[in-house]
Amino acid sequence: MKDILSELDDRRATARKGGGDKRVAAQHAKGKLTARERVELLLDEGSFEEFDMFVAHRCTEFGMEKNKHPGDGVITGWGTINGRMVYVFSQDFTVLGGSVSETHAQKICKIMDMAMQNGAPVIGINDSGGARIQEGVDSLAAYGEVFQRNIMASGVVPQISLIMGPCAGGAVYSPAMTDFIFMVKDSSYMFVTGPDVVKTVTNEVVTAEELGGASTHTKKSSVADAAFENDVEALTEVRRLVDFLPLNNRDKSPTRPFYDDPARIEDSLDTLVPDNPNTPYDMKELITKLADEGDFYEIQEDFAKNIVTGFIRLEGQTVGVVANQPMVLAGVLDIDSSRKAARFVRFCDAFEIPILTLIDVPGFLPGTTQEYGGVIKHGAKLLFAYGEATVPKVTLITRKAYGGAYVVMSSKHLRGDFNYAWPTAEVAVMGAKGAVEILHRADLGDADKIAAHTAEYEDRFANPFVAAERGFVDEVIMPHSTRKRICRAFASLRNKKLETPWKKHDNIPL
Amino acid sequence: MFKKILIANRGEIACRVIKTARKMGIQTVAIYSDADRNALHVKMADEAVHIGPSPANQSYIVIDKVMDAIRQTGAEAVHPGYGFLSENKLFAEALAKEGVAFIGPPAGAIEAMGDKITSKKLAQEAGVSTVPGYMGLIEDADDAVKISNQVGYPVMIKASAGGGGKGMRIAWNDEEAREGFQSSKNEAANSFGDDRIFIEKFVTQPRHIEIQVLADSHGNTIYLGERECSIQRRNQKVIEEAPSPFLDEATRKAMGEQSCALAAAVDYASAGTVEFIVDGDRNFYFLEMNTRLQVEHPVTELITGVDLVEQMIRVAYGEKLSITQDDIKLNGWAMESRLYAEDPYRNFLPSIGRLQRYRPPAELAEDTRVVRNDTGVYEGGEISMYYDPMIAKLCTWGPDRATAIEHMRNALDGFELEGIGHNLPFLAAVYDHEKFTSGNITTAFIEEEYPEGFEGVTLSDDNVKRLAAAAAAMYRVAEIRRTRVSGRMDNHERVVGADWVVMAQGHDLHVSIAADQSGATVTFADGTSHRIESDWTPGDKLAEVHVDAEAMLIKIGKVTSGFRMRWRGADVALKVYTPKQAEMARLMPEKVAPDTSKMLLCPMPGMIVKVDVQVGDEVQEGQALCTVEAMKMENILRAEKTTKVTKINAAAGDNLAVDDVIMEFE
Repeated sequence: MKDILSELDDRRATARKGGGDKRVAAQHAKGKLTARERVELLLDEGSFEEFDMFVAHRCTEFGMEKNKHPGDGVITGWGTINGRMVYVFSQDFTVLGGSVSETHAQKICKIMDMAMQNGAPVIGINDSGGARIQEGVDSLAAYGEVFQRNIMASGVVPQISLIMGPCAGGAVYSPAMTDFIFMVKDSSYMFVTGPDVVKTVTNEVVTAEELGGASTHTKKSSVADAAFENDVEALTEVRRLVDFLPLNNRDKSPTRPFYDDPARIEDSLDTLVPDNPNTPYDMKELITKLADEGDFYEIQEDFAKNIVTGFIRLEGQTVGVVANQPMVLAGVLDIDSSRKAARFVRFCDAFEIPILTLIDVPGFLPGTTQEYGGVIKHGAKLLFAYGEATVPKVTLITRKAYGGAYVVMSSKHLRGDFNYAWPTAEVAVMGAKGAVEILHRADLGDADKIAAHTAEYEDRFANPFVAAERGFVDEVIMPHSTRKRICRAFASLRNKKLETPWKKHDNIPL
Repeated sequence: MFKKILIANRGEIACRVIKTARKMGIQTVAIYSDADRNALHVKMADEAVHIGPSPANQSYIVIDKVMDAIRQTGAEAVHPGYGFLSENKLFAEALAKEGVAFIGPPAGAIEAMGDKITSKKLAQEAGVSTVPGYMGLIEDADDAVKISNQVGYPVMIKASAGGGGKGMRIAWNDEEAREGFQSSKNEAANSFGDDRIFIEKFVTQPRHIEIQVLADSHGNTIYLGERECSIQRRNQKVIEEAPSPFLDEATRKAMGEQSCALAAAVDYASAGTVEFIVDGDRNFYFLEMNTRLQVEHPVTELITGVDLVEQMIRVAYGEKLSITQDDIKLNGWAMESRLYAEDPYRNFLPSIGRLQRYRPPAELAEDTRVVRNDTGVYEGGEISMYYDPMIAKLCTWGPDRATAIEHMRNALDGFELEGIGHNLPFLAAVYDHEKFTSGNITTAFIEEEYPEGFEGVTLSDDNVKRLAAAAAAMYRVAEIRRTRVSGRMDNHERVVGADWVVMAQGHDLHVSIAADQSGATVTFADGTSHRIESDWTPGDKLAEVHVDAEAMLIKIGKVTSGFRMRWRGADVALKVYTPKQAEMARLMPEKVAPDTSKMLLCPMPGMIVKVDVQVGDEVQEGQALCTVEAMKMENILRAEKTTKVTKINAAAGDNLAVDDVIMEFE
């Protein structure tokens, strides 16, 4: 009997060694943790339950039958993050370069199926050289199986990808379809075709880092949602994100005990909006002053900075925030910011996370670059996302809400629940200068007349009261009491139910 | 008494004057520029008059505008504060013409003391000790040696037109005087095209000590002890105290009496300050007289109990001084820290912007502790580019110097300021500097002790352990809360452990936490432990932590896996790991910050207006590279050395944050 038990111990020990000490040392030398170490840090200590530890590939081409490793280059299973269940897979670069075989993918598919069935998020840790070439089309088919599950799971359970090494070729499309992608600076990269192929095809000389490093994907391509300094930090921050997320689409936005007063008064907000309507201010100050304990988890911080997206808690409950940022491009909406915010709004709606929208938007960015780039359709994505969202929507106009951008940004007309405005708000078709130039074209040469018209226009329209008279703004509120008003608004919406007509799915302008 | 006075100033001093006026039952009028529309002094005053655009030369120092405000409001007197019109003879005269009282000295005294040479002459005539020297021109080297002997070594040989240390030599003997004269003369001729040279006594170990005088218009003059203001940076006072740790009773009396004599000689009537330079042997020499209320007057008020502003108002009303020299007793010790919106980590670059957080420590008046904060700002207010970047004057008083310093350390620890760069960490560092606490200071203190500028405070090992213990105990509290999130699996909750590893400032400390109802005992691997008690809860930005019953006020910020803690001028990231995480963290590569010496970094958040160079350009030292607009000001960034541009990362119209890389060099 003892021998039988120790046989299991031996087999486990072999599996846990991964690719062996030499390869583990090489992994560490690159500043990377091993697949198993990553899982241990991601999950609550001792909570990991592994599946398929002894799975081995079935390939016999190119002598592969002699190159078998229990687990086949990926560690899968489930565990908890602060006591909440998540499923996880972690590719092991020390075993055949983490390459994806038929069986490797089957392991991933198994936990994804379970995650969907049991309603828990899937966290994938990617560190793989790509398809296992020896397996040929079997490997490609395997990717396809994973992709299909990513698609099925989308909107059912949150899916989070960590890129902690290479992720190239077709492999990128699995993370690409998940809800969030996080990268590690200097040790991860993602691209469809690598620098060598790029050189051959286009003659461009580019390094892997420039082509698909963390900086590229967080700042330029927006493929990644954030980048962290190292593996430990990345895994810790993903734990922090998971605390904000519901476990599945049948779950409510999570809550936890909080140490902040929902009625906290912030007098400094009375002076947040500067006297001069063209002077920028930092919308993140408002976000952190509204949030419980000032805690804000920003998504896509480095991309399209003219809009800010991320998670806060109000009275302990997760709320998604979308806010125009007057500090960057005056907070204008453009292609990038519309896409960024639209995706975030849709994530929140899919997972019952209430949305707080903070508005200071002068309109859409004009210009050929924008029009040729399709700002019409990209802007429509945000409009569509807000309009279809059925979660509680509370909106605050701090300053400008001009033109079409006013309508797009979670206006009353898009089924907004609470649409508040500060006294400094200006809800109008456009700013005074532009309006006067159109309305009083004849007086354009006369500076005095124009000044008088401008003053008249400002007097009439540069305020929230015209909109409030019509009920488009529900209430004009004092900046210092904003936290209290917004907390109460969301509290009143906890049992909100809103139906959308049956459809197979909508046709958002992609 | 006056019914209504106008304060021809802004900021903290205007607020300061309003407080006393209110106490005396006098109505107050504030004046304000565009930038000060929402300023604190405007809110505090009974009335406020707008006097023009933001720049002071279009508002606060335009005499006509101030006079209009006076007429408009019917103010009977004007307090000028300091700076602006406080020492402006024309203003004093304009007021006199309209029969409005000037809460300051007579115009004659302002004029007499306004000129360096006249004031020195007057001082000599009044029997005030002045720096020995020869003001006439010096013929040749022999003449220089002769005069140097008359003045007494060491001497300073100075170019008449000199400045910035050029054309300046110190000589300790005849030979050096001869050489110094020649080289100064040559340097002066080359640098300034003016080779006139003079010689004066070189004051060794100089300290800046000043006497507060108070005089009425009935011939009474008293002095209220001294203030030491030796802690200066580029002639800007940073820390002041009263009394001076250096003066003895005899010197104090001699300085005080000479100051009174000078004040009397110019028919002074009001509060005034006579500044001296004092050498290592307690020889003191007259520098100048400031015919106004000094910025640092609160320290004198704290040790004498006299409200100087009240006295000024009474004197201006024509009252006789109700206090005599005998009434003046110096009681205890007072410190003043000037909090400036200057970033000490960026060579004290002025930092303007919004005070996102401004929470000064509570003002206190206890038997052995006074905390006073003179300020003109509030949370959500603005530090504007138009005026002095002073945020507040934080003062503490204690029965003795050590206690006053200890109170100041705690007051600075409890002073929350966010949104702009400020010198609080630097001030805190000075109060922990051994040389400062010993009182052995000179006006060269900052340049000698911080020759490379301020690079932050490194904590002692003991203090790292104290903070580490606090961080571990606090982190455990935060982690336990995290395990209480909704949706967790029943019966399979995460158990937060007792063992942690704190990494900070190069330390790697294993700790074990034993928590109970009232706090936690944190034990280190070496067996030592700290008892931590605090009512801090996650999210609090200021923690009062009792470490072994000793209170520490720590500013708390967020970092992944831990806290940023600011205390006593130090700014430390403390990582609190489980032993497993720590083991992994040790495997993580040390990331070296990129070498920024070959980069042009954006010094402030702003927009690139134009880029003047292209990739491949050879640039000369001082050549303009690009222009950044911030707060409506265009700042031209120049090459620090001759080099070649290898990469440009920004273009006109780009919005950049602080430290964004604009371009790179070879």
